[in-house]
Amino acid sequence: MTDIPSDTRTAAPSAGEEGAARRARAAVSPADPAAERRRARRSRRYRRDVRWSPYVLIAPFFLFFLAFGLFPLLYTGWASLHRVELGTPTDMEWVGLRNFSRLLDDDFFWNALRNTFTIGVISTVPQLLMALGLAHLLNYRLRGSMFFRVAILTPYATSVAAATLVFVLMFSRTDHGMINWGLGLVGIDAVDWQNGDWTAQFAVSAIVIWRWTGYNALIYLAAMQAIPKDLYESAALDGASRWQQFRHVTVPSLRPTILFTCVVSTIGATQLFGEPLLFSQGASPTGGSDHQFQTLGLYLYEQGWFNQHLGRASAIAWTMFLILVLIGLLNWVISRRIRRNA
Amino acid sequence: MASLKKRGAGRQLRGGRLTYAVLILFTVGSLFPLVWTAIAASRNNTRLAQTPPPFWFGGNLFKNLEIAWTDANMGTALINTLVVAGSITVGTVLFSTLAGFAFAKLRFRFRGLLLLLVIGTMMVPPQLSVVPLFMMVAEFGWTDQLQSVVLPTLVSAFGVFFMRQYLIEALPTELIEAARVDGASSFRVIWHIVFPAARPAMAVLGMLTFVMAWNDFFWPIIALTQGGEPTVQVALAGLGRGQIPDQSVIMAGALLGTLPLLIAFVLFGKQIVGGIMQGAVKG
Repeated sequence: MTDIPSDTRTAAPSAGEEGAARRARAAVSPADPAAERRRARRSRRYRRDVRWSPYVLIAPFFLFFLAFGLFPLLYTGWASLHRVELGTPTDMEWVGLRNFSRLLDDDFFWNALRNTFTIGVISTVPQLLMALGLAHLLNYRLRGSMFFRVAILTPYATSVAAATLVFVLMFSRTDHGMINWGLGLVGIDAVDWQNGDWTAQFAVSAIVIWRWTGYNALIYLAAMQAIPKDLYESAALDGASRWQQFRHVTVPSLRPTILFTCVVSTIGATQLFGEPLLFSQGASPTGGSDHQFQTLGLYLYEQGWFNQHLGRASAIAWTMFLILVLIGLLNWVISRRIRRNA
Repeated sequence: MASLKKRGAGRQLRGGRLTYAVLILFTVGSLFPLVWTAIAASRNNTRLAQTPPPFWFGGNLFKNLEIAWTDANMGTALINTLVVAGSITVGTVLFSTLAGFAFAKLRFRFRGLLLLLVIGTMMVPPQLSVVPLFMMVAEFGWTDQLQSVVLPTLVSAFGVFFMRQYLIEALPTELIEAARVDGASSFRVIWHIVFPAARPAMAVLGMLTFVMAWNDFFWPIIALTQGGEPTVQVALAGLGRGQIPDQSVIMAGALLGTLPLLIAFVLFGKQIVGGIMQGAVKG
């Protein structure tokens, strides 16, 4: 790093024809007009560099961000006010808010909204509670602690598609499925996981829980390790049991992290797509024979790419966005209240 | 993590027997579905339809892998995914570092506004832009070509925010100013000061991005087809549609698509765990 100054001093005024000898002469006689000009040029270039380089640095990001992030985001809103067919996506016919009104009249929309909510709750709540407990255990001094950490994180490396294909087989309806076989050992009859109403939702949630518990546990663990040790020491001096320490020291210190994981999990739950798609027989976008586990993400996919109504798909997308904004506001209110109480 | 331990933060009570028991239970729960994927992939369809389910390996693994490799297009899919995830990782890490540095240390007009725009769209789900993206891809004639997946995912708002948060603390402003006083150009400052300082965060972002890009599902199954230029996830979705009815072959496909990341986890597990935990504290 020390080579920067010396290097640049020779590199900056690199106006070709001047030789090293002239440059040396210029350094001794500052009145030399050529040197004067060079210095002016150098400082001009320097000023230009300082002024414009920030824009050059952010340009590649914003170029792609505008083209493939912001523009599509806004254009979805525009498309939601049109009738757009999948086969001819450039023919747009203005229909105003009709896509939205038809959405609100569609029972399958409300069904998908309800399913997204229930699957979201069944998958997020146990997942985060288990992650919290798991992090607490991992925070003890352990032999092979790195092994445990890597092991519980491996489901995170498994893709939605691969995980769901395996779970479909394990949740297979007849008694040769792994789960039903296990239930049979304790005397419970085989469950038709895919076709049941809440059983299918439970199975889909199980995939989500399996993939994300370890990841969230590591996030909690990181936050736990940042809690100052003396908080525990003084709690122990006051005679707090381990459970009381967990409740009154660990959990309050983790509050921002817990809120953060709640928000991230909620956003993930709102867009749940791959698990219910592949859990359905033949990867149909209906989310089961009776739409019993069709989420909003699946409903959007079905409307757009099976019923070929891209305009209606856009309307669903914007409705999802609205829900996320509501969640964001709720989160803001809750975190403000927590801060005020603290 | 090491620095945290030195500061004496975190509790260091020794774990009891019950602690180990519960942790082993979770370890088994985490690993069992993966191990069972391999077991199922080594059997055949008839055996998988019998009770009780198999708990040990059979002799069909290589045959099934071969069928999945050719009939389910998994060979092409693996190469394509390597290209796609590799390009996305390089693009995201490079562009996020440059923009993150600008947002962390440089002054320019509209900086606050632009940063707000980045943060505001960080959590926007992919569903929200999928219809226009589909129209664009159709318009440009990119359907079933890899750039239709690479280009829309090449930059990430999260990446910019992540690098900015890291560089605010990790990069001493005085160092940049000193180099500036000595007449260093922006290019030199970035090459000799920013990149070395950002390296740990770049590695973390790179790992997270690669895993995410490898496992991306929603947009690829819309933009690509299984018979054309699939990624691993597109090929697996094809298997889910019942393209090959043999369950043991489906499991072989799932195994093939997961194996590269699992190997990376065995090799770099420690670094990946450290990266996720570091990211958690910074974010």
